[in-house]
Amino acid sequence: MHDTTLTRRNLLRTGAIGGATLLVGVNLRTAAIAAAGPEAGAISGAAFAPDAFIRIGTDGKATLIMPQTEMGQGIYTALAMIIAEELDLPLDGVTLEAAPASDKLYGNPIFVVQATGGSTSVRGYWMPLRKVGASARAMLVQAAARRWGVAPSSCRTEAGRVLHDASQRQATYGELAAAAMRETPPASPVLKDPAQFRLVGHSRHRMDTADKVNGALKYGIDAMPAGVLYASLMSTPVLGGKIAKVDDTKAKALKGVSQVIVLDDMVAVIGETTWAAIQGLAALDVTWNEGPMAAVSTATIRDALHKAAQQDGLVALDQGDALAKLRDGAVITETYELPMLTHAAMEPMNCTVSLKGGKCEVWIGTQVMTMAQRAAAEEAGLAPEQVTVYNHLIGGGFGRRLEVDMVRRAVRIAKHVDGPVKVTWSREEDVAKAPYRSVYAAVLRAKLEGGKPAAWAHKVVGPAVIGRWLPPAFDGKIDMDAVDGATETPYDFPAQHVDFVRHEPQGFVNCFWRGVGPNLNVFATESFIDHMAHEAGTDPLVFRRSLIGKQARARAVLDLAADKAGWGKPLPARSGRGISLQYAFGTYLCTVAEVSVADDGAVRVTRLTTAVDCGTPINPDGIVAQIQGGTLFGLSAALYGEITMANGRVEQSNFNDYRVVRMDETPQIEVHVVPNGEAPGGIGEPGTTSVQGAVANAIYAATGVHLTRMPIDPSLLAKGKGKSGATKA
Amino acid sequence: MPAISINGTAHEVSVDPDTPLLWVLRDALGMTGTKFGCGIAQCGACTVHVDGQAVRSCQVPVGTVGDSKVVTIEGIGASDPGARVQKAWLDLDVIQCGYCQSGQIMSATALLASTPNPTDADIDGAMAGNICRCGTYVRIREAIKAAAARKTAAKKTADAGEQGAQAHA
Repeated sequence: MHDTTLTRRNLLRTGAIGGATLLVGVNLRTAAIAAAGPEAGAISGAAFAPDAFIRIGTDGKATLIMPQTEMGQGIYTALAMIIAEELDLPLDGVTLEAAPASDKLYGNPIFVVQATGGSTSVRGYWMPLRKVGASARAMLVQAAARRWGVAPSSCRTEAGRVLHDASQRQATYGELAAAAMRETPPASPVLKDPAQFRLVGHSRHRMDTADKVNGALKYGIDAMPAGVLYASLMSTPVLGGKIAKVDDTKAKALKGVSQVIVLDDMVAVIGETTWAAIQGLAALDVTWNEGPMAAVSTATIRDALHKAAQQDGLVALDQGDALAKLRDGAVITETYELPMLTHAAMEPMNCTVSLKGGKCEVWIGTQVMTMAQRAAAEEAGLAPEQVTVYNHLIGGGFGRRLEVDMVRRAVRIAKHVDGPVKVTWSREEDVAKAPYRSVYAAVLRAKLEGGKPAAWAHKVVGPAVIGRWLPPAFDGKIDMDAVDGATETPYDFPAQHVDFVRHEPQGFVNCFWRGVGPNLNVFATESFIDHMAHEAGTDPLVFRRSLIGKQARARAVLDLAADKAGWGKPLPARSGRGISLQYAFGTYLCTVAEVSVADDGAVRVTRLTTAVDCGTPINPDGIVAQIQGGTLFGLSAALYGEITMANGRVEQSNFNDYRVVRMDETPQIEVHVVPNGEAPGGIGEPGTTSVQGAVANAIYAATGVHLTRMPIDPSLLAKGKGKSGATKA
Repeated sequence: MPAISINGTAHEVSVDPDTPLLWVLRDALGMTGTKFGCGIAQCGACTVHVDGQAVRSCQVPVGTVGDSKVVTIEGIGASDPGARVQKAWLDLDVIQCGYCQSGQIMSATALLASTPNPTDADIDGAMAGNICRCGTYVRIREAIKAAAARKTAAKKTADAGEQGAQAHA
């Protein structure tokens, strides 16, 4: 199994012992291909390491320097398949190394910074990695052709060898690597004809899981540098609060507790085991100065949101004079709302830090290598180059590990500890004090003419997460993530207006959550579409079909999902089906949910049928896995997900009161992948964003109650609450 | 404290006997395959076997282990059902992030050891205590059935006097 904690040091060592090695990279900004071997300068950096993505050694194996973080989404396998495809290597001829921290060398082509999120990895690296692979293959062919005195065009490649059929000669990539590094990379590498793909589009087993069935894989939380001590922390229960005083007498008397560290907004206990530290923390008597956030409750947060929703937003899209058309007549209006959420990744937040002799080492699983490095440097008072981040495979990201608050806290603690310290968040600390997905609202307005919307307006109310997280990508006006799924829909509206009211709930760090902006906009759009269909007296499937014009891919996934779900077939009383159709992350996707609602309002989702067109599929079974998991992630939110506040404190603490879907609540899930040759779309998020609308619409069909807020409130669904008419809830 | 038996090996530990087995495994012994997830027996990530029973190691004080035999994810492959479960997990590409899967595999193996051909209801009952945030439940269910079928098929083959297991998950 490839080492998942590879570091710059390991990288250099591998390069140094690799002997004659062909290195090929691509400049992600200019798309220029570069190649060199060790003679061109140690790969220590200057001469070639820039943009190095693959290395072919004398053993003929290709090493892919993996810029993206594996957090379960299958990116290690997908990107390895792409490079192996163009290189004409078997998949097991590719090994993976985690890239070191460098935005310059390994910045995500879409974000520019080294970040894994937003379903961007395959979208961003599809063409660059194909070009790298094709360039390396061309150079190997040139080297063989020169050796044999034949035309490169008379040679072919197969399974890690260059072959010259006419003379029945062949050479392995390993034999050719040294010679190939003296060849010039082609100016414009010839990419493989997709008709010849033997890996891309064919399901392959994951490359990251062999060590996940036997406990061998080390996540960040498993890091154990020599001499490590263990820390448990408690931060202010009310955001912005400060410590007034701490009585640590009892804690210090406990066996195994070695140190109590009191900082201005948190306290940490250091112990010989994490358990000792947890016990020490529990034995502390801490008095807090709560500060102004103590008055915050879910009611005040929602009030502020709805107040913001009454403002006009900045215009993100305006076509067909929609607002004028909605000025009078029978305008239908509805407001949709999403709650605060936490991510609840299975691997609790953690970060291990060693500060010694002007150097800082950080062991962590992060979606943002360079941000983690910079955060550690800032807190330690060092330059980023003095900080080494050892990234690990991640035990669940979902956007939580796009934040680096855990790095900052761990470094602040480590500054007071002699030797390395592993800081592990308790589940309660993570659930009750995390950065959260904010509340959001969408105000939808439309007018029906001839049974179809003549005009459509969609106001998005929520934070500008990109504005905080990636300021260069924010124009100060429209947050592209916030309006994603609102400006682009599967439908051709004759007139459409989208505006954005930036609303940042005061005092919170508002962060990304799997599915990001489209979680709101797909839920709102698809719920409102069903509401319109209801008003028009039209079947929701027929209604959607009538609104799809140019986007044939949308119609294809709609029809396929509806067909596979048995749309229109009779169901028992208080059961129903609901559709959600979307275009987001470059992917078309339709989910049909089937639900049954008990007389007391309890909802059981019995079946989810999804059709997805994400363009060229890389690993089809991996796509199925992402939709299966993504829809369940969305289902947890639809059924249960909500962080509530009272007196400035979060009211949830652990999986007992922040519920998520379990095995016995899992519906039958079917996924149908529609392959086509378009550019690959994202696949980690789209399943998640389709569920809330599909389930809400199924409940609408089952009960007549049009839910406008997530999570589902069963008390609104008890028998007798809904009727055939639209009951707003 | 007397030594405790983990995966057939005796380990001396010098921690407070109240320390949960989870933290003894992870921090005192460096056996990090067993995962911390919630600390209150709600998620199942820390599941190990004590005398063949699946238990949440975050709730087992190490001082209560005594002579019992502890098996963790690092040792589960040595048992027949454990090896079948691991293979089925890989064959069906169950795993995504993998963090919960140590616990899932331990629960699934205990289920198969006691119930060789589990029904869906058996699977719900045995696995509902193990949370997976990546949402791999669909495949976990399939993989448990595949692991069970391997044994069933292999047994039938043996009964029929044929050579070689033809079963494949």
